[in-house]
Amino acid sequence: MKGLIPNFVLDVWSWFPPLMQYLIETTFWIAVVMITVILSVAFTTYFERKVIGYMQGRVGPNRVGPWGLLQPFADVIKLLVKEVIIPEKSNRFLFVVAPLLTLIPALATWAVIPLTDTFVIADINAGLLYVLSLTSVGVYGVILAGWATNSKYAFLGAMRSAAQIVAYEIAMGFALVGVLMAGGSLNLGDITEAQAGGFSNWFLLPLMPLFLVYFISGVAETNRAPFDVAEGESEIVAGFHVEYSGVAFALFFLGEYANIILISALTSIFFLGGYNSFFEGWTFLAEGSFLREPSLLWLIIKICFFIFVFFWIRATFPRYRYDQIMRLGWKVFIPVTIVWIVVEMVMVWMQVGPWSGLAG
Amino acid sequence: MGEIQNFTMNFGPQHPAAHGVLRLVLEMEGEVIYKADPHVGLLHRGTEKLAESKPYNQSIGYMDRLDYVSMMCNEHGYVLAIEKLLGVEVPERAKYIRVMFDEMTRILNHLMWLGAHGLDIGAMTMFLYCFREREDLMDCYEAVSGTRMHATYYRPGGVYRDLPDTMPKYQASKWRSQKEVDRLNEVRDGSLLDFIDAFCDKFPGCVDQYETLLTDNRIWKQRTVNIAVVTPERALNLGFTGPMLRGSGIEWDLRKKQPYEVYDRMDFDIPVGVNGDCYDRYLVRVEEMRQSARIMKQCVAWLRDNPGPVMIDDNKIVPPKRVEMKDDMESLIHHFKLFTEGYCVPEGEAYAAIEHPKGEFGVYIVSDGANKPYRLKIRAPGFAHLAAMSEMVEGHMLADVVAVIGTQDIVFGEIDR
Repeated sequence: MKGLIPNFVLDVWSWFPPLMQYLIETTFWIAVVMITVILSVAFTTYFERKVIGYMQGRVGPNRVGPWGLLQPFADVIKLLVKEVIIPEKSNRFLFVVAPLLTLIPALATWAVIPLTDTFVIADINAGLLYVLSLTSVGVYGVILAGWATNSKYAFLGAMRSAAQIVAYEIAMGFALVGVLMAGGSLNLGDITEAQAGGFSNWFLLPLMPLFLVYFISGVAETNRAPFDVAEGESEIVAGFHVEYSGVAFALFFLGEYANIILISALTSIFFLGGYNSFFEGWTFLAEGSFLREPSLLWLIIKICFFIFVFFWIRATFPRYRYDQIMRLGWKVFIPVTIVWIVVEMVMVWMQVGPWSGLAG
Repeated sequence: MGEIQNFTMNFGPQHPAAHGVLRLVLEMEGEVIYKADPHVGLLHRGTEKLAESKPYNQSIGYMDRLDYVSMMCNEHGYVLAIEKLLGVEVPERAKYIRVMFDEMTRILNHLMWLGAHGLDIGAMTMFLYCFREREDLMDCYEAVSGTRMHATYYRPGGVYRDLPDTMPKYQASKWRSQKEVDRLNEVRDGSLLDFIDAFCDKFPGCVDQYETLLTDNRIWKQRTVNIAVVTPERALNLGFTGPMLRGSGIEWDLRKKQPYEVYDRMDFDIPVGVNGDCYDRYLVRVEEMRQSARIMKQCVAWLRDNPGPVMIDDNKIVPPKRVEMKDDMESLIHHFKLFTEGYCVPEGEAYAAIEHPKGEFGVYIVSDGANKPYRLKIRAPGFAHLAAMSEMVEGHMLADVVAVIGTQDIVFGEIDR
């Protein structure tokens, strides 16, 4: 790496004070991760349209560029050049701030996500709490958007979203308590490390109920089908973003897809061992084979799989009604998580289970 | 304390689930509906009045545009009323063709309904699956009438022409390779009857496929079971017909109760619901599609073996053949008379009703002996169904309004006329 950079650049670099160096370096990596995420969002939309297209017996976008690969960029350009209409009776400030509030947390959470065993932008110990708090902030964007628009459809969407997210945040939180107990740390890197050593060491099997609750709550959290009551197309038209257009809408869109990628990444980290290899410790693979090493590739594969599941769900299920979502959240998910946490507690106490070593 | 007041929401006329131009004024308390007030008339085109100023045959095209997802059934009602007034008996083969196309139309309508109902409730894949099969049936429409929707195929005295020996075929293009086109054209090599036969064999499998997505789906059941329950007595009082009535458990089908054309020779069952909720109506309609395919199959078998005329041989009502016109003065005169002033229908009145996919579609014609109807009244099934909207959604939530609109199978072309 060092050899690639000319010497004079390194000289200039060494003149900076250490704090400055740190700031520049971090900003650089933040930029790299953000741009990657935003580009991934673009291709996630393409991926979604293709996946759902094939599931529905059609082909999806195939006109712009080779195999329609440039379609996301055409969409972005279209949205960017469209006029942003701000309704007259809306609260202008909140109306403009709301989309940012959904997008920023979705991007900021990437700071604590361990992409490989050595790379994470901010290796903080309270990573799990940081994730939980930021994902809750994202809800305010939806609620504010619905409120500021001053439209009945948007208002209904905001109310639905607020109630839904309170319910699912709790279930999600409880599911993560289970992960925390198993991983023995709030640091996402440590949680991943605790799952090192192949598929059998992942939290997926011992924490299966929590995994399901977490992932389904994640789908609900991102307002995706079948939990998309906040924007329920056929009921309240587009819900909270009914009056948004152009760039403001693009930000909501970006936020939603960034959240999908984020939830997929978090699910992979919490339950599927993040960057850890599926085959770790499998002896029939050659020693030193990249398939056995933990790497970014594994994380990406897992994320893609969960994104695919998001779309699969969307193509398959009808939409829940608002009160049914609440019932599912309060009466099914929260009890399930609580029960499993107790089960897990007993297992840790009795020193059984893959994480028994951590209990002491 | 602020003043607490109900939420009044305007649902439509531009709304993705309004099935056209329905405008509902909803009185809500939170998400719960207290009253739904349907406003109709936004698609009013004055079909009944227009028909009064045109010779009988020229209004057939308007009938297609009433319920624009079950075109030939509308024509059938109208044509049947005229035939009743004229007192003509349609050739056997035409009757079978009409029954076959009525049932095809029923499948077309129910597919459209299933797709839209699914989409309203959020199952978007249904829509595309249904349209895949609709495409084949549209091709049949195209084969017999030249158009894919507004066929104008039924005429007083029979049907416009006999079934063709060839099917329209796909052509290769930039987006469709020759190989793909060959695969699509495989079933289109034979005659129309072969194509319909192949469709009837394939279709029950397709219905199974739709059912795997919905029938046992927990979310689908949660969204439809016990939603908008209509008791049998109430359904009768509200003037429900068709699947809406049968969903409530009343066995009433004009095809069985007062058979027209050749329905009395057909072997088919009438599905009936039990609870009268959205789910039962869904099951009834799905089963009706299977039964329709069964009827079509019987018609295909009969039509294959029994060639014959498809129009009556009376040039006072039916235009003469093009060939005859070239060297026969009388035919030329007939043609001229028919296409300028049409034919005069004897004085009197007639009501003819058929089992339309949505219910009882009736046409009432009063004739004063002229070449135009004195008065035409269309009994559209959807109108009576929509009138029950408020009653059906009361106490349910906003999302259920959409399910109820779906279950009523509303099309505004026939309601507003």
